[in-house]
Amino acid sequence: MLNMIRERLRQGHRTGKFPRQEPSLPERFRGLPEVAANLTHPQINVAVNGCPFNALSEINGKMQIDLGRCIFCADCPAVAEGALSFSRDYRLAASHRDDLRYGDDIYRLADKLNERMLKLFGRSLKLRQVSAGGCNACEADLNVLGTLVYDLGRFGIQFVASPRHADGILVTGPVTENMKSALLDTYAAIPEPKLVIASGACAIGGGPFRDCAEVNNGIGELLPVDLYIPGCPPHPFTALDALLRLLGKR
Amino acid sequence: MNRSKLIRFTHGACISLKELPCLDFTEFRESLLEEIAGDGRVASFFAMPADDGFDLYAILAHDWREEFALLHCRVGDVYPALTPDCPQLHLFEREIAEQYGVLPEGHPWLKPVRFHNSWVDAADIWRRDPQQHPIPGDMDFYRVEGAGVHEVAVGPVHAGVIEPGHFRFQCHGEEVLSLEISLGFQHRGLEPQLIGGPHPASIHQMEAAAGDTTIGHTTAYSQVLESLAGVEVASRAYSVRAIALELERLANHIGDIGAMAGDVGYLPTASFCGRLRGDYLNLTAELCGSRFGRGLVRPGGVAFDLDLPLQEKLLQRLAVLEPETRGAVELCFDSPSVLARFEGTGRLSTDDAETLGLVGVAARACGLMRDARLHHPVAEREFDTPVIDTDGDVFARGNVRRQEIYASHDLIRDLIKRLPEGEDQRSLGPLAADSLALSVCEGWRGEVVHVGITDGAGKLARYKIVDPSFHNWSGLAMVLRGQQISDFPLCNKSFNLSYCGFDL
Ligand code: SF4
Ligand code: SF4
Repeated sequence: MLNMIRERLRQGHRTGKFPRQEPSLPERFRGLPEVAANLTHPQINVAVNGCPFNALSEINGKMQIDLGRCIFCADCPAVAEGALSFSRDYRLAASHRDDLRYGDDIYRLADKLNERMLKLFGRSLKLRQVSAGGCNACEADLNVLGTLVYDLGRFGIQFVASPRHADGILVTGPVTENMKSALLDTYAAIPEPKLVIASGACAIGGGPFRDCAEVNNGIGELLPVDLYIPGCPPHPFTALDALLRLLGKR
Repeated sequence: MNRSKLIRFTHGACISLKELPCLDFTEFRESLLEEIAGDGRVASFFAMPADDGFDLYAILAHDWREEFALLHCRVGDVYPALTPDCPQLHLFEREIAEQYGVLPEGHPWLKPVRFHNSWVDAADIWRRDPQQHPIPGDMDFYRVEGAGVHEVAVGPVHAGVIEPGHFRFQCHGEEVLSLEISLGFQHRGLEPQLIGGPHPASIHQMEAAAGDTTIGHTTAYSQVLESLAGVEVASRAYSVRAIALELERLANHIGDIGAMAGDVGYLPTASFCGRLRGDYLNLTAELCGSRFGRGLVRPGGVAFDLDLPLQEKLLQRLAVLEPETRGAVELCFDSPSVLARFEGTGRLSTDDAETLGLVGVAARACGLMRDARLHHPVAEREFDTPVIDTDGDVFARGNVRRQEIYASHDLIRDLIKRLPEGEDQRSLGPLAADSLALSVCEGWRGEVVHVGITDGAGKLARYKIVDPSFHNWSGLAMVLRGQQISDFPLCNKSFNLSYCGFDL
C-alpha cells in the first residue's frame, strides 16, 4: 500500500489541460495540409499524378485536396513538388463530406449538433465503436482517449459495450466485406436518434485500402455520417477536438 | 536424403528460382519432416499457381544455426496433408486450401481461415457458391455434447474498442473444455494487392498490415525488396530502424502490462502504463511525425533522420521515462494480489508451444528461445540479451515483456551512442527477375516474416506475409482448455494478438 502511494506521488498528476491549453505536438507532426497558391498546371499535374490515393485533383486551374482520402504520407510527392505542405494544426474534423475537399480557401471545421440533438447528447454521449477492417492504429489511438492524459469521461463522452446503450456509432476501417453485415446490425441496434462518426481515412474513404476487392470504400455509402475525423490514424487530440466540436464545447 | 536438393541460406539472401530444385512430393515431405525433427520450425509455407498445378514452398528456420532451409515441390489440386505429422502447418494448409482450392487430403481440421473466395478459378473446397462472398464464421464449429455442457459465442463485435473476431467456447459450468477462434473479419486482401508490384500504394498498405506493428511490417517488407534489388541498407538507416523497432516494442509491451494489470483490477499500474505507453508513442512521433511510425521505414532506408538534437531529446526523455516505467511495472509485479492471479493462469507447456510453432513473447514465455534479433540479423547483430521464462503462464508472458522493456531501454541508448554516420536512404534499382527473398523482423509480438517472389520481369508474382499472430492464436485457444471462462480476458491480454495481422 505504501509502495502504491509512493509510486502515485512519483507519477504525479497527468490529466492534460486540454482544451483550456493547446497541446504541444512533435515538430514533425503532419496536420492540416496547406495547398500552395499560384501553382502552374504542370506543377499541379505532377502532384495530382503522384498521389497513390487520388487525394489531389485539379479544379478550375487550382489544386484541391480531399482530406477524406489523404493519409498524410511522409513522402508525399506533392510536398516534394512544393504544391502542398503540412502544418501542425491538429484540428481536422468536418461535418460534411464536401467540406473535406478544399484548396487555397479556409478549411471549414465541424459544426456543433443542432439544438435538439445537443439537448439530448450535449452532456452525455455514449458511443459504440466498431472496427470494420481497421489496422488497429485507429482503434489504439481511440483507446488512448480513455487514459488519464485525455480523460474522455470528464466531457461526458464514453465508449459503451452495448449498442443498446449507445447514442451513436463510431466506425474505423474501410468496411471489409466480412464486417459489413455486423456493422449494419450494430447500427440497427442503436436506438434513434443516433449519430454516425467516421474516424480515420479508412472509414471515410477506404484509406490505404481504397478500391481493394475485399473492402467497401468506407462507410459513406452505407451509413449517414454526421462527423468525419481525417487522419491515418487521427491523432488523439484530433479526435478529441472533433468530439468536443460536435458537442459545441469548442 | 539428398542434401543438394535443399537450399540453405541466411537472412538477406536472394535466391534464383532457376537454381531451385523441384522435389517430388515424397522427397519434399520427408525432407520437411527431417528438418523439423532436426530443430527446424516452419517460418513460412505457401503455394503459388504454376503452369501445371501449384508450387509449394516451405521455409524452415534453424535458429541456432542462424540459417533457413527452402524446400520446393509441385502438386496438383490435391496432396496428402502434412499437418498430421507436422501440426504447426495446420493453418498454413487451410490457408492454401482456401486461396487456391488445393485439398490437403487427411487434414484433421480443414476449415476456412479468412472467408474469401478462391484466388484462382477453382472449385471451392467447402462447396460454397463461388458467385457469393463467403459468410464469415460460416463453418462447422467443434462441439462438445453432454449433460451440463453449454456453448458461449462471443463476437465479431466485442465490448471494447477492439478489432472483430469470433470466439466459440464449449463449457462445462465455468470450465472451458475447448475454445475455437474464427477470424477473417478484418480481411482486406493484402497479399493479392501486391501482385504485379511493388505499387506506389504498397508501402502504405504494409504500414497498415497490422497498425501496431508498422515498423515491424515495413522493415520486413523493405528488407525483401532490398534483398531482391541486391542493395544493402545503409548502416545508419539500419540502426534507425532498429531504434524505431524498440520504441514500438516499448509502447506495446507497456500497454500490455497495463492492460493485464487492469484486467485483474490493479488500477495504479493500469493507469500509469496507459499514460507511459502514450509517451513512448510520442517518441516515435518525434522521429517521424506519426505515433505509429507511419512514413519512417522505406525500401532502401528511412525517410527521417535521427539528427543530433533529436538524439539528445530521445536520450533525455528516456532518462525520465525509464525510472517511471520501472516504478509502474515493478509495482504490479510486487503485489501479491496481482501475482496470485497471474501465476499458473493460462499455462502452456514447452512441448505444446513447440508443436504449435509459437513465436515471439508467447514462445519465449514457454522456454523457447526464438528471437530474430538474436538469430537472424540481416546485417550486424546489435542485440544479445534475449529474455526467456519457463512457466508459460500469464505471469511468464508478463515477465518476458517486463524484462524486454528494460533490455529495450539499454538497446536504444546503445544504438544511439553508436549511430553510424552517413546516408540514410539508398535508391533501389530494379528487382532481380525470377527470384525469391525472405525477410524476418522481430516485431514486438514476435517474428514478422515476409517472402517475395518475382516473375521474369522483376515484378512481384507472389507475396507472402506471416504475422506472429498467425502462429500464436492457436496458443491462446490451447491455454483456455481447462481454464475458467472468466479468465479468458486475462489470458487474451497476455497474448494480445493481432486480428488484422492474421486476417491480412
Ligand atoms: S500525403 Fe499521401 S495521400 Fe495525401 S496527397 Fe500526399 S501522397 Fe496523397
Ligand atoms: S485510417 Fe489508417 S490508421 Fe486508421 S485503420 Fe485505416 S490504415 Fe489504419
